[in-house]
Amino acid sequence: MSRIGKIARRSFLVGSVAIVGGVGFGLYKVRQPAANPLTPPEGAAAITPFVLIDAQGITLISPRAEMGQGVHTTWAALIAEELDVDMADVRVIHGPAAKAYYNSAVVGDALPGRDYDKSEFQHSVAEALGVLGKLISFQITGGSTSMKDGFTRMREAGAVARETLKLAAAEQLGVPVGQLRTAQGKVIAPDGTELPYTALAGAAAEITPPSAPALRDARDWRILGKSQPRVDMVAKSTGTAQFGIDVRLPDMRFAALRINPALGGTMQGYDDTAARAMPGVEKVVPLTNGVAVVACNTWLAQQAVDAIKVQWGASPNPPDTDAVFARIAAALDDAPNSTMRDDGDVATLPTGATLVEAAYRAPYLAHATMEPMNATAHFTGDALEVWCGNQTPVFQRNTCAKIAGLEPEAVTIHTTLMGGGFGRRGELDFASYATELAVAMPGVPVQLTWSRAEDMTHDFYRPGAVARFRGAVQNGKAVMVDGQIAAQSAVHQAMGRLAGLPAAGPDKVLVEGAFNQPYAIPNYRIRGHIAPLDIPVGFWRSVGNSFNGFFHDTFLDELAHAAGRDPLDFRLQMMRGEHAPSAGCLETVAQMSNWTGKTPEGVGRGVAFTYSFGTPVAQVVEVEQTEDGIRIARAWIACDMGIALDRSIVEAQMVGGMIYGLSAACFGEITFAEGRVEQQNFPDYDGLRIHNTPVTEVSVLETNAHMGGAGEPGTPPSMPALGNALFDLTGRRARSLPLMHDFDLLV
Amino acid sequence: MPLTLTVNGTDHQTDLPENVPLLWVLRDDLGLTGTKFGCGIAACGACTVHVGGVAVRSCQLPVGDVWDEVTTIEGLGTPAALSAVQAAWVEHQVAQCGYCQSGQIMQAAALLAEIPDPSDAEIDEAMQGNLCRCGTYPRIRAAVKTASAKMKEV
Repeated sequence: MSRIGKIARRSFLVGSVAIVGGVGFGLYKVRQPAANPLTPPEGAAAITPFVLIDAQGITLISPRAEMGQGVHTTWAALIAEELDVDMADVRVIHGPAAKAYYNSAVVGDALPGRDYDKSEFQHSVAEALGVLGKLISFQITGGSTSMKDGFTRMREAGAVARETLKLAAAEQLGVPVGQLRTAQGKVIAPDGTELPYTALAGAAAEITPPSAPALRDARDWRILGKSQPRVDMVAKSTGTAQFGIDVRLPDMRFAALRINPALGGTMQGYDDTAARAMPGVEKVVPLTNGVAVVACNTWLAQQAVDAIKVQWGASPNPPDTDAVFARIAAALDDAPNSTMRDDGDVATLPTGATLVEAAYRAPYLAHATMEPMNATAHFTGDALEVWCGNQTPVFQRNTCAKIAGLEPEAVTIHTTLMGGGFGRRGELDFASYATELAVAMPGVPVQLTWSRAEDMTHDFYRPGAVARFRGAVQNGKAVMVDGQIAAQSAVHQAMGRLAGLPAAGPDKVLVEGAFNQPYAIPNYRIRGHIAPLDIPVGFWRSVGNSFNGFFHDTFLDELAHAAGRDPLDFRLQMMRGEHAPSAGCLETVAQMSNWTGKTPEGVGRGVAFTYSFGTPVAQVVEVEQTEDGIRIARAWIACDMGIALDRSIVEAQMVGGMIYGLSAACFGEITFAEGRVEQQNFPDYDGLRIHNTPVTEVSVLETNAHMGGAGEPGTPPSMPALGNALFDLTGRRARSLPLMHDFDLLV
Repeated sequence: MPLTLTVNGTDHQTDLPENVPLLWVLRDDLGLTGTKFGCGIAACGACTVHVGGVAVRSCQLPVGDVWDEVTTIEGLGTPAALSAVQAAWVEHQVAQCGYCQSGQIMQAAALLAEIPDPSDAEIDEAMQGNLCRCGTYPRIRAAVKTASAKMKEV
């Protein structure tokens, strides 16, 4: 079957989710514009679902949730660029849960394919499928998709609003619309008359917006492409930013919970005699698989919930880490779930080639957001309001409605700022439990906050994974790579949990970061194997790339050494003809770090590369032996996401993504005993701190033909770059994470 | 009998038991939510406030043991009147998710009050108790140095 034929056949399988009815139905449905969810009062105009103007000012709606990645700022900048308003003059809010705010990029990204070699045709297929996100209300912040999703749509929203305001002004002034211009939130007539947008809101609301006019050329941009002061920066520097945990409502109560520490086990009964007598306690409420205490203060609720004697059911999962990993490793011998790359012939070792084999392992990981999970809910019998930081407001609304026995329309989700997301806040447990509590206390707003231990022991973990790689080198080149990866399928589990959709089919996410890397290797196969386990797993910053980046790139480093080649040149030679922007990243990082392939005594350097979320990223990490242990001293990052809309934010995401990955590579590990997670708090699950963070330089290139993501691509190459540097320093190959078990790292 | 404590120059009374940590009096009783809960065991620094000018983890300090006036992030400066440290944080665009930054800023302010011109090693020593999962450390270091320079000019 031709490649295009394969794509057409697979089009019905989107991210392993079967979309019943397929594209034909989809195209009919998606041509109907989603209803505008904004209901402005008299005298105000909601021109498109993204621009709200009233007498007080201009509000831009950024339905992608702000978890630190700067999306509110850049999303607003896209609108402001075409609307002709200054960033300082607009307010940015998250907006409600609504179909109009679907993510068009997240579904398109789930298509099979290597992405870096996408043809224009494939891009158009991905975009056509992207609108399916609207059908299933994928209002999602994730997958490093926000800019790709908003780049055209939000500029169009700004342009449509601008033209509508001009029509209103034309009518008011009796001047042809073609003679009007706009600047700084005003329509300006040829005679210099200025009409502020705020004064035109009432009239604009009566006008049917025109279809989207042509968008401005990038050369004329005033805002995009330049670093903007983040719209949330002053609030976040003064303690005035409101996170979910900061919501305060009149007569609100505070609650704490304990969920069965044996993952997946039930709550069979409890004795709350002691708890009910403790200070501040108002009520004890049984929850699905757990119990909560409502009190006048969070800490008093935590003390009381800890005093409840609970009978917990056993976990259905294997009892300990060894048993879990035995199950994952066994999956390598099962039939593969996917073979997403299968070039040449890997069955026969090319004559005269040197065989290289290695096995790798990566642990389960917690997200460990700084703000523990929490949600606030207020149930009044016929309506429910929920306040929480979340990445999936439509899913939250539908789930809370079901729990409260209400129609989704009776539920309002207020999405707050998030004290970290990293994928954790796409889940539904926090809003669900808060809703259970609110229903038990009608008329009383209740804020439910996880203790750090509850947060860490009840995550939806980055799946633990193992890999087996065979490869061969000849004449200084890789001539074969045959990789197998086994892990639980985060996609299959999450799609059922979040969307209630049946999950089956090839899981691209399980092998991303391995099958889709831009290397020309004649015999090249990557197979994914799903480990049949029910440990809660989910999306962790960069998801499958976070382990596959380590497996795949470490193996390339091993091949380079087996071939007697410089590891950077070895990669570069196989990459140049395959994907120029990727090669450009490696070349740039070599220049930045003054890479010579040689390091002085006591210093080690490693290079690594991962292409993920449309963005190639190359990193060099330098480690040094100190009296207190091995210190990560310096790092260099080169990335190419095509158009970089805000360099300051991109740089922060690249550095932050790398530090998140290095933290996990050094210290991150979730282990199990008796079906329970052993790590409870930051001393058991620490990250890098200021003293062991490398001094880092970032280079942002803009040669890539298609726009890539920023939030996640910095994470995957960090782990192999560090492992490869440790190999250079010590001569010991890092094949298992976290590295603290095998290397004396500075803590 | 209600307990009295002075926070950001204002006297407050609380009826909560004396063993309740200062953090939870500030957040749930006084409505001062700028101070954050991160770990509950003084392992992350998100709850850092000043008591008598000293940086303290408020999640580990029973309210009955508060020995002096308390300053929280709300008392350090406001959006309309940023303190030097906060202004440096804005200048360097430090925050990402922002959740740990109240604690980072309070820790940095205490450091600069004690050591006006800290070395990198002194910054490492003072700030390593404050965890940031977004990885804003390079900009935190730059902001501490800028604040130090600005405070010397005054």
